[in-house]
Order: sequence, then structure tokens, then C-alpha cells
Amino acid sequence: MAVSGIVLLLFVFVHMLGNLKLYLGAGPLDAYSRWLRTAGEPALPRETLLWAVRIVLLAAVVVHVQAAYSLTRVNRRARPEAYRSPRDYVAASFASRTMRWTGIIVALFVVFHLLDLTWGTANPDFRAGDPYHNVVESFQRWPVAIAYIVANLALATHLYHGAGSLFQSIGLLFRRRRAFATAFAAVIAAGNISFPLAVLTGVVS
Amino acid sequence: MKLTLKVWRQTSPEARGDFVIYTVDGANEEMSFPELLDLLNERLTAESSDPIAFESDCREGICGACGLMINGQAHGPQRGTTTCQLHLRTFNDGDEIVVEPFRSAGFPIVKDLVVDRSPLDRIIQSGGYITAPTGSAPDANLIPVPKDDADRAMDAAACIGCGACIAACPNGAGQLFTAAKLAHLNLLPQGQPERPKRTLAMVETMEAYFGSCTNHGECTAACPKEISLDFIAMLNHDYRRARRSR
Ligand code: HEM
Ligand code: FES
Repeated sequence: MAVSGIVLLLFVFVHMLGNLKLYLGAGPLDAYSRWLRTAGEPALPRETLLWAVRIVLLAAVVVHVQAAYSLTRVNRRARPEAYRSPRDYVAASFASRTMRWTGIIVALFVVFHLLDLTWGTANPDFRAGDPYHNVVESFQRWPVAIAYIVANLALATHLYHGAGSLFQSIGLLFRRRRAFATAFAAVIAAGNISFPLAVLTGVVS
Repeated sequence: MKLTLKVWRQTSPEARGDFVIYTVDGANEEMSFPELLDLLNERLTAESSDPIAFESDCREGICGACGLMINGQAHGPQRGTTTCQLHLRTFNDGDEIVVEPFRSAGFPIVKDLVVDRSPLDRIIQSGGYITAPTGSAPDANLIPVPKDDADRAMDAAACIGCGACIAACPNGAGQLFTAAKLAHLNLLPQGQPERPKRTLAMVETMEAYFGSCTNHGECTAACPKEISLDFIAMLNHDYRRARRSR
């Protein structure tokens, strides 16, 4: 859970940073997109590095979901009879108790997101090789923009617990893990949510 | 004080249980929680009805027998306090208090509020000891122990095995108990030779009975001895190392 989570954490961070090129304009973002595909050339064939990263990410997602599934089963079996009186939680957070649901929301979002901006199936104005155009077209449709905002709030909630919890799970004593997770979740959410807002408000067009 | 108690009654392990509501008059603020149940039981006995089965032994917060779920919290609302050290002054006259047994697949209900916590003994039996001659007491300071390690081992050894960590955990996980029992040996020189073997055995026994940790933190909050979550990080660290060296 923790190791696959770290891989996904690195991805969301780098992906958010890469997307910031949206603010530099169409040229830089499209060049970055081209670079993702040509990186390693000519030593490596086109898209080799891209596919290597994709395979690692896919493996991380599979491991993460499988771990979540078996953890859920173990923990359901550990308390077959629920408490009959309402629990009064003092330490468990909203985030820690909704990991399963925020995880599912993010996973469904990733599928939609790939259809929207990678394959373009869900994007009527999709132009291959022109992510700037695609992002602007997508976010100008407000239901799509809202879906991105909601999904990134779910992601931030997931990270708020996960990015701190992982230190305990790998057995690394890190006293500032709560502060780290809060900052990480806030940075990812602020960056990612700024993109649809920038398009909706016309800052990026 | 006049209190309304909503108490879980269940005649046997297989029987269907339910809450029964009692009003208790004549309680006072100096009474501990088990004393409140004693008061109610005296009345029930006088009325020839079955008294409420509950556990307690030392009544001074050191044996770990008395754990109950009180108003949705293990050992009740006061931090760092066992049920037997929880006094009625933490409640107000006229309050309704809900009392349930600890619930976990590893803690089957025996009767009413009494659960069988023997899986905790199984965990200790599987590795919570040191295989060494125990003849006469060794000289003090024969084995030097760094002060910091000694302090941390003592903090872990404060665990009284009440099971509140497991009862409070949304996952019913046994990590805090097991981590404390591991740490008070794994931190000391005497515990080193059997460290990997002990860690593997105790973690595996724990997994046979209880859920698994996702770092909610309810265990530490419920622990009457306020055992730190740091020991769970140490358990995971030791377990990883032990697995690699197997
Ligand atoms: C509002 C925030 C986001 C924006 C503007 C955005 C934008 C993009 C764009 C333009 C691409 C296509 C890049 C290309 O084809 O060159 C892409 C790919 C991708 N995004 Fe996002 N993204 C956002 C948030 C997320 C989140 C939160 C996740 C997952 C947690 C995610 C996961 C992915 C994945 C897995 C890919 C495919 C990478 C590949 O080509 O294999 N994105 N994103
Ligand atoms: S009765 Fe011994 S700890 Fe409460």
C-alpha cells in the first residue's frame, strides 16, 4: 500500500508541476507534451520512456487497489458485529475514514481523464498533439470543469491521510508527517484546481 | 446523582443481545464507573434479577480487566484513564450513559459486558519473552542500557493489555498492543538475539485474530496508558527487517 502509494504520490506531484506549463502558453505546454513522447530519442525508440512510466504507474495502481481490497476484507472480518451505539471518534479524521470512497472517486476520474485528454474520446474538440487546445476546450464546458474540481478535492482528501500514513506503514518515524501530508495535499489541490478555474475565468484561453 | 444507563445485556456467547435501560438513583460523583455498576447490581440482586456481568480486578488502573465501551469511546471520555479510574464527576446529573462490550472478532462476548481477551495472551505466548536463564537476579547495571532506550522500553511496558486499542480501532487492528509488547523487549539489549524471530511470530499471531492498521490513531487516543503510535512505526520497521532476514 505504502510503496505503491509513494509511486502515485510522485506521479501526481510531477504531473501537477508539468501542467503548470499551461500558464506559459500553448507553445511550452505542447512542446512539453512532445518531449514526453520523444524523451530518450534517438538512443531509445519514440515513446519508450513514456511507456516505461505508464507500465510502472499501472502496476502501482493494480498493487494499490489490490492492497486496499484485501485490507478492507481483513478489517471487515475483524469486526463482524458493529458497535450498536454511535462511536465518538477522537483521532480518526474524515479523510482516514473515507479513504475507500475518495480512492474510488479518483480512480473513476482517472478513467474519464484519460478519455478526455489522452485519447480524446470524451472530448468533441480533441486535437492530437495539442494539449493546450484540448485543456481549454474541455474546461470551457463547466460540467467537465466541475468534475475536475470535485475529483481533485477527493484526491486532496485522500492525500491528506495517505501522504502521512505511509511513513508509519513503512516503519519510518517522522514526527512532522501530519504537516507534510497537509502541505502536500494542499499544493496538489491548489495547482490542479487552479487550471479549470483559470479557464473558466478566462485567465487561460 | 441520577443517571440513566443503557447497558448491553446478552445471556451467552450465542444469544442475541440488546440494550436494557436502567435508572440509577443515589450515585455520587466520587464513585468510579465499576462502583456505579456495583450499585445497580445490588439493586438487581435485591429484585432477584440477573446482575450485569462485567469485569474488574485491581480497580486502580493497572490490571487492564475493566475495559468497556462508554458513550462510544473505549474506557469512556476521559483521556489516559481506565474504566475503573473514570469517576462519575466526568458526567452530569441526569445524563444517559451507553455501555457496550468491546467488539472484535478476537474478543467474543462471554456474557453481557464480559469479553474473552485471551488472543492477547496468545500473542504474548508466541514471542513476548526472553529465552534466558532465570536463576538468581543478575547484578544491577551488569548490562548497560542507554537512558533513552530504557525510557522508551518503559513507556512501551506501560501497556496493561486491556484491549482498548483494538476496541477503539475502526479496523479492529491489534497493532498498538503488539507494538508495545514487541518494543519493550526489542529496545533492550536482552531482547536483541530473538528480535526478528519474536517480531515475526507476534505479528503473525496478531494477524490471525485482528484487523490491520491504517493509521487512524484511535488506539493511542483510547489507550489508558497513552502508548505512542511511534511504536507502530517501530513494529513495521522491525517486521520489514525480520522478513528480509528470514
Ligand atoms: C486539473 C488537473 C489536471 C490537468 C489539467 C491534467 C491534464 C492532463 C493532460 C493535458 C494530459 C495529457 C498529456 C499528454 O497527452 O501529453 C494528462 C494525462 C494524464 N493525467 Fe492528468 N491532469 C490533471 C489531474 C490529474 C490527476 C488528479 C490525475 C490522477 C491522480 C491525473 C492522471 C493522469 C494520467 C494517468 C495521465 C496519462 C498519462 C499518460 O499519457 O500515460 N491527472 N493530464
Ligand atoms: S480494574 Fe484493573 S485496570 Fe481497571
